[in-house]
Amino acid sequence: MLRWLIGGGREPQGLAEKSPLQTIGEEQTQNPYTELLVLKAHHDIVRFLVQLDDYRFASAGDDGIVVVWNAQTGEKLLELNGHTQKITAIITLPSLEACEEKNQLILTASADRTVIVWDCDTGRQVQKVSCFQSTVKCLAVLRRLDVWLSGGNDLCMWNRKLDLLCKTSHLSDTGISALIEIPKNCVVAAVGKELIIFRLVAPTEGSLGWDILEVKRLLDHQDNILSLVNVNDLSFVTGSHVGELIIWDILDWTVQACEHNFWDPSPQLDTQQEIKLCQKPNDVSIHHFTWDEENIFVAVGRGLYVYNLQMKRVIACQKTAHDSSVLHVAKLPNRQLISCSEDGSVRIWELREKQQLAAEPVPTGFFNMWGFGRVNKQASQPVKKQQENAILFSLELIGDLIGHSSSVEMFLYFEDHGLVTCSADHLIILWKNGERESGLRSLKLFQKLEENGDLYLAV
Amino acid sequence: MISAPDVVAFTKEDEYEEEPYNEPALPEEYSVPLFPFASQGANPWSKLSGAKFSRDFILISEFSEQVGPQPLLTIPNDTKVFGTFDLNYFSLRIMSVDYQASFVGHPPGSAYPKLNFVEDSKVVLGDSKEGAFAYVHHLTLYDLEARGFVRPFCMAYISADQHKIMQQFQELSAEFSKASECLKTGNRKAFAGELEKKLKDLDYTRTVLHMETEIQKKANDKGFYSSQAIEKANELASVEKSIIEHQDLLKQIRSYPRRKSKGSDLCSRETEYTQDRPSQAATTSDPEESADTDRYTCRPAYTPKLIKAKSTKCFDKKLKTLEELCDTDYFTQTLAQLSHIERMFRGDLCYLLTSQIDRALLKQQHVTNFLFEDFAEADDRAVVRQESAPAEPSQDRPPSRSLEKCPIPQVLISVGSYRSSVESVLIKMEQELGDEEYKEVEGTESGSFDPQDNLDCLDMDMKGSISSGESIEVLGTEKATSVLSKSDSLGSLTVPLSPQVVRSKAVSHRTISEDSIEVLSTCPSEALIPDDFKASYPSAINEEESYADDGKGAIHFQVGTSPPEPGEAEEGSVENTPLQTDASCCIGKETGGPQVPLSSPALTLSDEEGVVSTPPQRSRQKDQGFHVDFAMENSNLSSRDHSSEGFPAYELDPSHLLASQDGSKTSLDDYSDSTSCVSSVASTSSDRMPSSAHPTGPSSERHKKRAGQNALKFIRQYPFAHPAIYSLLSGRTLVVLGEEEAMVRKLVTALSIFVPNYGCCAKPVKHWVSSPLHISDFQKWKLIGLQRAVSPAGTGALHALSRYSRYTSVLDLDRKTLRCPLYRGTLVPRLADRRTHIRRGSTYYMHVQSVLAQLCAKAFLYTFCHHLHLPTRGREAEAAAASRQASFLQLSLGLVNEDVKVVQYLAELLRLHYTQEHPGAIQPTLRFDYVPSFLYKI
Repeated sequence: MLRWLIGGGREPQGLAEKSPLQTIGEEQTQNPYTELLVLKAHHDIVRFLVQLDDYRFASAGDDGIVVVWNAQTGEKLLELNGHTQKITAIITLPSLEACEEKNQLILTASADRTVIVWDCDTGRQVQKVSCFQSTVKCLAVLRRLDVWLSGGNDLCMWNRKLDLLCKTSHLSDTGISALIEIPKNCVVAAVGKELIIFRLVAPTEGSLGWDILEVKRLLDHQDNILSLVNVNDLSFVTGSHVGELIIWDILDWTVQACEHNFWDPSPQLDTQQEIKLCQKPNDVSIHHFTWDEENIFVAVGRGLYVYNLQMKRVIACQKTAHDSSVLHVAKLPNRQLISCSEDGSVRIWELREKQQLAAEPVPTGFFNMWGFGRVNKQASQPVKKQQENAILFSLELIGDLIGHSSSVEMFLYFEDHGLVTCSADHLIILWKNGERESGLRSLKLFQKLEENGDLYLAV
Repeated sequence: MISAPDVVAFTKEDEYEEEPYNEPALPEEYSVPLFPFASQGANPWSKLSGAKFSRDFILISEFSEQVGPQPLLTIPNDTKVFGTFDLNYFSLRIMSVDYQASFVGHPPGSAYPKLNFVEDSKVVLGDSKEGAFAYVHHLTLYDLEARGFVRPFCMAYISADQHKIMQQFQELSAEFSKASECLKTGNRKAFAGELEKKLKDLDYTRTVLHMETEIQKKANDKGFYSSQAIEKANELASVEKSIIEHQDLLKQIRSYPRRKSKGSDLCSRETEYTQDRPSQAATTSDPEESADTDRYTCRPAYTPKLIKAKSTKCFDKKLKTLEELCDTDYFTQTLAQLSHIERMFRGDLCYLLTSQIDRALLKQQHVTNFLFEDFAEADDRAVVRQESAPAEPSQDRPPSRSLEKCPIPQVLISVGSYRSSVESVLIKMEQELGDEEYKEVEGTESGSFDPQDNLDCLDMDMKGSISSGESIEVLGTEKATSVLSKSDSLGSLTVPLSPQVVRSKAVSHRTISEDSIEVLSTCPSEALIPDDFKASYPSAINEEESYADDGKGAIHFQVGTSPPEPGEAEEGSVENTPLQTDASCCIGKETGGPQVPLSSPALTLSDEEGVVSTPPQRSRQKDQGFHVDFAMENSNLSSRDHSSEGFPAYELDPSHLLASQDGSKTSLDDYSDSTSCVSSVASTSSDRMPSSAHPTGPSSERHKKRAGQNALKFIRQYPFAHPAIYSLLSGRTLVVLGEEEAMVRKLVTALSIFVPNYGCCAKPVKHWVSSPLHISDFQKWKLIGLQRAVSPAGTGALHALSRYSRYTSVLDLDRKTLRCPLYRGTLVPRLADRRTHIRRGSTYYMHVQSVLAQLCAKAFLYTFCHHLHLPTRGREAEAAAASRQASFLQLSLGLVNEDVKVVQYLAELLRLHYTQEHPGAIQPTLRFDYVPSFLYKI
């Protein structure tokens, strides 16, 4: 409803071509996914997918079970039952080269305040920790130190044998929402609006044991930090609920760049009250990032933005890439971007260089979106400015995958086997390249014929 | 699938006739004399003319020791079926031909009564007065209260068509054996229980008597025994003896050879009546034994009774009913099996035969036949039979190998012989019309078998017996017929020649020899045979010969010496032969396999009164490129010729017979209706898997007919039927949307004939859904009937439909619209021609099946052509393979536009089916294309 209201306001300004939701017809010649397989095992929302190796992945969700799948055949390999409540975090625990056990291990944290280590080859529950005071919301593995961290209301450090090495005091009731490793034995934890940097101290001759020291608190965000990623050796990025994107220096933890104005609707606050009412902050919240060498791909509300790290500006965008919030984005090697959203669809985009100078810079559209008929003078000011830096790229929709009937929580891309999506409709869908699969089946057929000795080659 | 539309004339259409289809009048030269009974509304293919019953039924009779032969029950249990047919009389007839040696009692040299585990006997019997022909299966059940502990029963399949009985002999025999085995197993169980009870009674009686004797002893201190005491002592002694006897009986019944009870396992498994059956029938050996024992010994409910010294007189007591004689589970199972038999053999013989051939051919296409064939039933049976095969004693070769060896030639030969049967009917009619004097013309037996195989057993069968002057009988004991039943039933369709049969018939006598088979028939015209025939040949050692020589018969049929006379008969055979050899020849070349036809009850020619049926025969013709077929008259002639010379040259091979027939000097005498023959059966069993192409039940038959009719209606009614059918064939789910459930269901059923199957399980069709569809539904179902409802749920369903529109084609029944991709191929127009001349549902169904069969063949070729899918030399660009594929599809298979996608989809299914280890384990993926859809309106 809201969308139509807004859309109706926009059209008189000659922005019809930038309609609220770019759609693609039934003819999608570039969409390779012409085959799908529905995988059913979960009884509740499936929230997490984690790749185990070249052909396996694990899924977990609110029903508390972890299922290991074969990505090639869609076969359910294992079902891991152990948690009594929904799973809140899942991470693979890379095995050490020195370690005799080569089995793939995963760590899962659940709302039942336990963390379980699973062996994904046997389905065995290797170990279980249940001494947590609060739900563990994030997990991080530090390979260098061979420890792993769990973040809830406090931060705990564990070794591979699941001995508690160290623990911080109670940090906050909201708990740590994200946790990443940065150089110099430091980790960054997102706690509410704050970023806290901890230094992990390994035992040396002098000190007796492990220690976690709080080094710094960064208070630049106005609202809760939703996403936190490590983009390269130089910087990490955070995104908040009100659409602030901050790029931090990874070494001295200073702000390298900050983007919030261009999708922050605050300038219109006073002048356009009536719209503000309809506008949920969710529309600009930054749910997820992905990155490559040059760009950060940001899921902002329903839109997708490409932020260039060198130019320090948005180079391409789709303001309404989906009908509702984009939950996950990923960059494929072939300049393709995949996004999934609460509207249940998965879309495939391609980042294309524009032939000519962009006739229509992004922010214009973005701001006009919120204007009814009359464009606010103040608002048009930054628009003018940005129009000068013409955008050279655009995100083109090349296909969409419709299968889930509810929000698509996450997806996983396999180079060889296609795409796996998981959703709130309890399903996991395996999307495959039909042509390639057909070829593979054909190959398999002739292999079987040959095995049976039924293959005769004509002269 | 195989059924070509031209065979379809034999199917009957009743209720689903849309409009009477008036065929254009035939040109004069093609017109044939009308079938004499056409005026009665009978179709020429069912010989219901003389019969008093409307259709085939199964009769169970008993030879009661109190009242004699009496009918017990019929299947179907409906008086309309047998009408005015005299069941009592017929029971007498069928019970009077029981040849089994069911001797129970005190055999010499044995102290106790012995139970004989007699084999069932199988008899074919005809009664032309009643117009009834029957396959009769005799069996004995044990009853403690009966005389000699046995109660003779028989099950008879009664039909008005003797050809059906003769040609389906093996199938009937096999099926009835299952029923009988089931009944007997149940009976043994009940009998054992009976014995247990009796033993308890006796034990109790003994205790009581013992006590009484003791009391008397004590009371009697005078030193002598009163007569009363002596009587008691005698009584006690007889009870003791009785106990020992009964214990012995119990031991015997329990020691019933285990292997024999396997048949019952099969039938129990097959009839799917196994819900709560304890596992004893399924397991074969000791566990069952112990379970049985437990069951009967630990029964606490039974309180022993005192047994009177004098048992009740035979006629005072009420004999147990059949149901009481048998364990209830087994009894109901037997009934189920019998009604299954009734369903199985329902309908015209032609139809049974075509469907058998059809199914046998389909079985050979195991790679592709899952796609469009409705297989559930036949497959189950095949599995059961395959399991059963090893259980039976195999002498020749393993069943599977022999099946692989020579399936195709067999089938084709049977096609040929089927044709010949039709032709011979015509010939016969001509004879009737032309030569009025040959009133009693009748067919003779024919059949061929491998001389070497039969050599031995022929000798064995030359035991003598007096053949009755009025009947021809087929008698088979189980040993012989079980051999038969194993031989391929398809072979039974052939009409090969067997001189040996006739010869042996001529000399053999009626015996209770286990290997003998008699053909039995009566007819009123026996009066035509002069009495002195019977008198002069009391032993009837060589009956036919005698008739031939005598020449005093009222009717003469001189054939052989004078060329013109056999002409008519020969013409028929000449017509037959080339056709058949052609067919088998070219197929033989194609397959390159050795041709080993098996044959058995051959077609017989007869008029309404005279009956000569043929004993089931096997024939194996090794290493012969073609199969020689003879018409009845010829075969009979030549065989007579040989038989008159005695029996040299068993080694004659069938092809030799033509020559020998020319030199025949023997006149063919009056074919009095009563000829008797006892022929031998090859006792070597070839353990090939019985094909016994089972016709599907009438329900599925009707289902097909209705589906075909509705599909035809759909095609006529909707101009956009083609894209809709294309959607189904290319694996795009078609959703039929409508408010009215009946209409939707009807159309879904109709359209389901176009839906390719994933595997051997049920078709991916969902007839009626009212909840919103999910993505997994499209993966699972390819044809869905969806409810259009005004409720919020209904709008939800519509919303889901529009969301998933790329995976579906939507046929809106209420608005008469179709939304689906464009179709421009040529395949579907052939499949579903709006202006088709096909009027009947079943005809259309078969038309569809045959077009789809062609399509499957194309898909097969495409799938299994190596060079199309793999790079031919080393590293080759993928594009090259793709272009090869495209050109193959277009040029070699002649597919245009969207037809390619159909074949590609089918190929995909074939690949999946072929490569997956566990059929049905993995669901096929949902394949789709990103193609635009169009909206079609009427």
